[in-house]
Formats: sequence, C-alpha cells, structure tokens
Amino acid sequence: MNAATMHPKDQTYPPSYASPLLEVSGVTLQYKTRDLLVTATRDVSFEVYPADRFVLLGPSGCGKSTLLKGVAGFLKPVAGFMRLNGQMIDGAGPDRMMVFQDFDQLMPWKTVLENVMFPILVSRRFPRAEARARAMASITKVKLGKFADAYPHMLSGGMKQRVAIARAMAMEPAILLMDEPFAALDALTRRQMQDELLQLWDDTRFTVLFVTHSIEEAIVVGSRILVLSPHPGQVKAELNAHQYGHDHQGGSDFMALSQKINTMLFAEGHHG
Amino acid sequence: MAEITPLPVARLSPPIRPEFERTTPPVSDAAEIERPLSLWEHLANMEGVRRGAIVVALMVAWQVYAVWLSNPLMFPTLTDTLSALWDGLVHGVLLQRIGATLQVLMTGYAIGIALAAMLTTFAVSSRLGADLLATLTAMFNPLPAIALLPLALLWFGLGVPSLVFVIVHSVLWAVALNTLTGFLGVSETQRLAGQNYGLRGVRYVALILIPAAFPSILSGLKIGWAFAWRTLIAAELVFGVSSRSGGLGWFLFEKRNQLETDQVFAGLTCVIIIGLLVEGLIFRTIEARTIRRWGMSRG
Repeated sequence: MNAATMHPKDQTYPPSYASPLLEVSGVTLQYKTRDLLVTATRDVSFEVYPADRFVLLGPSGCGKSTLLKGVAGFLKPVAGFMRLNGQMIDGAGPDRMMVFQDFDQLMPWKTVLENVMFPILVSRRFPRAEARARAMASITKVKLGKFADAYPHMLSGGMKQRVAIARAMAMEPAILLMDEPFAALDALTRRQMQDELLQLWDDTRFTVLFVTHSIEEAIVVGSRILVLSPHPGQVKAELNAHQYGHDHQGGSDFMALSQKINTMLFAEGHHG
Repeated sequence: MAEITPLPVARLSPPIRPEFERTTPPVSDAAEIERPLSLWEHLANMEGVRRGAIVVALMVAWQVYAVWLSNPLMFPTLTDTLSALWDGLVHGVLLQRIGATLQVLMTGYAIGIALAAMLTTFAVSSRLGADLLATLTAMFNPLPAIALLPLALLWFGLGVPSLVFVIVHSVLWAVALNTLTGFLGVSETQRLAGQNYGLRGVRYVALILIPAAFPSILSGLKIGWAFAWRTLIAAELVFGVSSRSGGLGWFLFEKRNQLETDQVFAGLTCVIIIGLLVEGLIFRTIEARTIRRWGMSRG
C-alpha cells in the first residue's frame, strides 16, 4: 500500500486552486569546469504547486541536478528567474532543505539526533527548546528512534539517507529538494525507501522536488514529471504520474507511460 | 608440438536438476556459533600487553649487559639509571629542567599554531593566499628548524626567544600544510549541506570545515609536536638559557660534561617518557574521543 494508490484523487486540483509555490521561468544555468564553461540547462520553465511531488527526469547531462542546485541557491541563473512563495531565490537557505545522493552528507562528528538538530539550531528556525523534540519526532517518523545516539558511520546506506530525510523534514522547509537520494542504494532498499517517502508524504503532504534518472522511480515517486533533454537540458514534456505507485508496476498504463518517456528520452535523440 | 584438440562439437548445456526447498534447523542445534575468547587470547590481543612485554625484555637485556660490562662511566645499569632518575626528580634539578623545557615548548607551539591558523585562513579565502602558503611550505618544510638556530642566536641572542623561534618554525609549516590539505579535502556535499543551513563565514569554518577536516588538522598537530619536541631538545644542547634555568637538553649536556653518565641516561629516559606521554596519551585520547569515535579514521 502506498500514498499514491490510497488517495489518487487528493492531489488533482484545478490550476486555479493554488498559486504556484515555486516558479522557475526561462532559467539558463551555466557552470565552469577547469577548462570549459558548460551550459547545463537552457530556458527551462516549470511551476511546482503545494504538495506536488515534482520530478525532474532526464538522462545524465540534462542538467537536472544543476537545476536543483539552482533552486537550492548554490548557483545563480544567467538568464530567467526562480521564485519561491513569490520571493526571488537569492542564495542558499534553510527554507529549501536538500537531501543529497552521497551518504557523506551527514556530519560524521555528530550523532543521528545531533545531525537532525543541527540545522534547526544554526538556522534558528525553531526555538532551542523545541529543536530536540522536533528532531526526535522526525527521527521516529523515519523509524530510526533506536539509533538516535548512533554515529553515522555505524549506519547502513539506507539508514543514512533516512537520517538525511529526517533532518530535512524536521526543518519543515517550504520545499524539499532531493537529488537522486536513492540512487546509491541497492534495489530492494531503494524500493522500500520510495514507499516510505510516499508514506511520509501521505502523512504531512510536503512539497518535494525530486531529481532522478530512473523512469520507473519518476513514475512511482512523482505526481508530475518534467522530462528534460540532454546537453543542454531543455523541457521536453510535463506529464502526470499521480495515479501510479509501486502497485501499478507491470500494469499496462504504467508500462505505456514508461515506454512513452523512454521514447521521448532516447528514440528521438538521434535527430535532435 | 601436439595438435590442438578441436572443441567438442556438441555445445555444453547445464544439466537440469530438481528444485528443492528446505527449512533450516533451529540455531540451538548447530555447533559452535560464538564463544568467548580465553583469557590468554584476550591478553595476546591487547597491544599494550604485547608491547609492554617487549619493553620488559629490553630492560632485562639492558641490566644484564650493563652488569656484565661493569663500566658505569660508559654504560650505567638500569637500576643506577632509575635511581638517578628518582633522585633527579625528587631532590635534583631534573623536574625544574623539565618545567623550563615544557614552558618554552608550549609558548612556541601555541605561537606556531596561531600563525598557522592565520596563514591557513588567508590561504582558504584567496588564491594568492593559497599560492603563498604552498610556496612557503615547499621552501621551509624541508629546512630542519635546528639549522636556523645559529641565525636565531644572531637575531635574538642567547635566550628563550631563539628557542621559541626555532620551535615556531618547526610547528608552523606542518600544521598549516595539513590544515589546508584538510580544508581542501572537505567533500562538496558537506560544503553544500553547510551552506544549505544558511551557514556563512566564521560559523561555516568553525562548524563545518574544521570538524570535517579534523583528521588532517590533528595529524598536523601531531607532526608539529614531534618536530617541536626533537628540535627543542637539540637546540637546548647548544646552550642553557642561563646556568640556573636551562632545559632538559642542557641538563644532558651538563651531566655529560660532569661524566655523570647515569644522570645522562636518566635525562634521556625523561625525554622518551615525555614524548611517549604526549604522543601516546594526549594525542591518542584526543583521537579516540574524536575521529575514531566518529568513524573518520580506522584502527
């Protein structure tokens, strides 16, 4: 059972229902390597609404991670703008908590509880007295209550990612940014984590911007999928996927959507 | 030579075997799964015990050889050395000498670390700073601090400032280089995570960079300490700050001149013991409480 199957209708709303939480408009992002200036995305626009599970999907080199870094404020667009709650995004901030792919995003010198409390304390998001309770609640939610006093090096990869998710959620950010958070996990753990994420979403209805290169993960996790083409990343399509969860895998609709995206990404690449 | 035998014509297929499923027997029926190690195995697993045994063996060998040689002027026995050490610590000047040495050492070490911190800060905040530090380190790291002593004596005279100068030189480059290496090695993800929480400037350095680079910083501090300790003892051999208040090195030199060889051995023992205490006790404790507990270092 998961969120997407339990409440397929809850997340469909007419466009007038809400104003977009995140507006990305005509954004071109560039970054420098040692001897190249790379254009990662060109003229990308999309809107994320509250409670969206918005997936950025594309093959490697489509600039999806760079786009996420742009939203996080690590990178300034050379053209276009990004607005969160009507405010221009200018620099990194704790209202957009990021969950990275690497396990070393946790601070090895802090316990699980301290890791989760740390951003709350340094950003003064919530009063000091409240930080501990919030952190603990968040850790319990990802089922790591027993490991609150463990150090990250004692945890498995999946547990580390859960801590990172707990840390981000404890901050109650306006939007949760996830950069291929399950890509480094084994297939079984990945599937479990996807389900858990959907379960968490069902509990609190946060907004998440999720980057992946896996079509299947995009359909399972996402409610809406932005398909990007590679070199540089440009918007190919925006598709609905709110009706599909793990239970639909292998179903004909699911397969059809998957095939459709697959064709978009790879078959057309030859004359693009 | 022989003809190559042709491969068999028929292509191999794996034989099809019947499938089976079985229930595993309960664990309690199985043979030994785990048992506590014996006392002897425990002892042999303790590094301290093994190394202690070697020290005891060396001490016995020393005593036997010295008694057999029977020349206290050249090679005093272990017992003579220990009684000289006891005498020196309780009644003599040894304790005072140690105090003088440690005081100079701490001054130099502290100044060295402070300068290293300044240089590294400059180095991480600008490319010019990084180039400056890299160049200076490349130039001065291979230069033994003790080689600067004659120059230091010329500039600062016979006294504590000269000693402090050579110690600072021996600490500064090792610590600065290691700290910079540590900072540069902090992973991109940890940097971004730190920025994500809204950390900037000094708070970012103190809360993210320094702890993340701590294994490197600590190893710099250890190397710096080792350099400083050796340099200082060597430098003190050259002169006592004044006849009354020289350090441990001066003590060695003095006693050699007076042909009190057991005292010289006692002094050397002190040098070893202090070195061991700092390296084996202080730094090891810091390591155990920090990077090992955090899983940032193995072993």
